[in-house]
Amino acid sequence: MTDPRRIKPPMGPDNGWWWDMAAAGKLGIQRCAGCQTLRHPPTPMCGDCHSTQWDTVEASGAGTVCSYTVLTHPQFPGYQYPLIIILVDLAEGTRLTSQLVDCEPENVEFGLPVEMIIQEDPDGFKLPVFKPAGAA
Amino acid sequence: MPISLKDEAAIAGIGLTEFSKNSGRSELQLAAECIKAACDDAGISPSEIDGLVSYTLDSTDEIEVARAVGANDLTMFSRINYGGGAAVGTIHQATMAIATGQASTVVCWRAMNGRSGKRMGQGVSGDITSSDLVHWSWYTPYGMLIPGSWIAMIANKYMHNYGVTREDLGLVAISQRNYALNNPRAYGYGKPLSMDEYMASKMIAEPLCLYDFCQETDGGCAILITSAERARDLKQKPAMIRGVCQASTRGQEQMTSYYRSELTSLPEMELAAKLVYEQAGLGPHDIDAACLYDAFTSEIIMQLESFGFCKEGEGVELVREGGLDIDGRLPNNTHGGLISEAYIHGMNNIAEGVRLVRGESTGQPDKNVEHVLVSSGVGVPTGALILGKD
Ligand SMILES: [Zn+2]
Repeated sequence: MTDPRRIKPPMGPDNGWWWDMAAAGKLGIQRCAGCQTLRHPPTPMCGDCHSTQWDTVEASGAGTVCSYTVLTHPQFPGYQYPLIIILVDLAEGTRLTSQLVDCEPENVEFGLPVEMIIQEDPDGFKLPVFKPAGAA
Repeated sequence: MPISLKDEAAIAGIGLTEFSKNSGRSELQLAAECIKAACDDAGISPSEIDGLVSYTLDSTDEIEVARAVGANDLTMFSRINYGGGAAVGTIHQATMAIATGQASTVVCWRAMNGRSGKRMGQGVSGDITSSDLVHWSWYTPYGMLIPGSWIAMIANKYMHNYGVTREDLGLVAISQRNYALNNPRAYGYGKPLSMDEYMASKMIAEPLCLYDFCQETDGGCAILITSAERARDLKQKPAMIRGVCQASTRGQEQMTSYYRSELTSLPEMELAAKLVYEQAGLGPHDIDAACLYDAFTSEIIMQLESFGFCKEGEGVELVREGGLDIDGRLPNNTHGGLISEAYIHGMNNIAEGVRLVRGESTGQPDKNVEHVLVSSGVGVPTGALILGKD
């Protein structure tokens, strides 16, 4: 039997905290403790100053669509199609891959302002997704 | 003193199994068969093989295939990572080994039941944590599970920026299908593709439809490399390795290099172009034909820019004027490519490069083909190869 749930991320020291923040309703960004650079996806060392010390900041959740694709086929269990995947340029300056919800595929466009909401699956798994800014 | 790889080694043999959707035999057997065929093509015995190189994704161990084909002592064996990005990388390993005396007869192979066995892009997940699995996990929970979804994100941005349309991608698909029509090995053999069929085909990951995707194939392909000097004494006209390199650039991810400031070019392919042209002492104007990696049609247009066949954003003009066709400026994937011949992870594109240099392609252009450019996977750590006549 196919598992009807979305694929879950493996959780390790380099990425588990991000999902923990999502479970707490927050969109996290890693911040280098050495040079304060924000980075995503996270890495255990800063490529600029080589510090392995970092903390996290909570993103405002505001951003714009940098690029997108609409997935229609094949359809995997655990996901709802058509599935709009977006690259979001966050207000904080980092970029994130996520999903656009509450939007028809024909209405997604480059530069569309979006805002983060937390989506909760029936099994309780939470992940940050986006909706058009200002939409109900 | 650095060792130049230019003209140190040559491709002396190519070997293939048939391509199908169900080979009915193991990947080890496909590997053994294509390696034996490459030896036959070169006119040597498999017992002379002393080096073997494949992809990390290949399921067959070097020593298993060595036993199967009756190889003797091996002094070099190696694997290249990153899917189709490995294609030219295997040739790079072999060439370095030969130039430095680590081995004399190296076979690079890829053998896969890519349709009947483990299909590519069926999702990546697992309970074990590794840097690779953590990388994929920024995408899989959101439903980005197939290569087409990862590439579509770049293709959409690129097409939006430069006014490239679905019809333009269709021109690439049709150009390659036209070559495949005459290639009995090819999936597209005798099966023409019209623009109407292309436009009506199923959308998979906007803006990419079914015909923008490569095949899924069972089959094997092997490339036999030896010193340039020895290649001259073997059965075939050597395809000289004028230049070969690997390339990965800052911010590189596997398929998802989305976090660079700009998304409408291929920095790793630009590095590959710079390195391979420098090594060969050649430029884009010297290249007569190409086998550019084509897991997706959009990748061809972007690579025309990376390799300097036109300016940034102008790749589509070369396509629209028929530049990739048999009588065009740059006949490309004259066997049909991964899109219309078979998907052997780019190894079959290297084999076609060899045929073009030998003058033996089923899509051989009328003009003299002195130099052929071959590239590895797009959107991954990659590489480039220039083959030339002796
Ligand atoms: Zn830092």
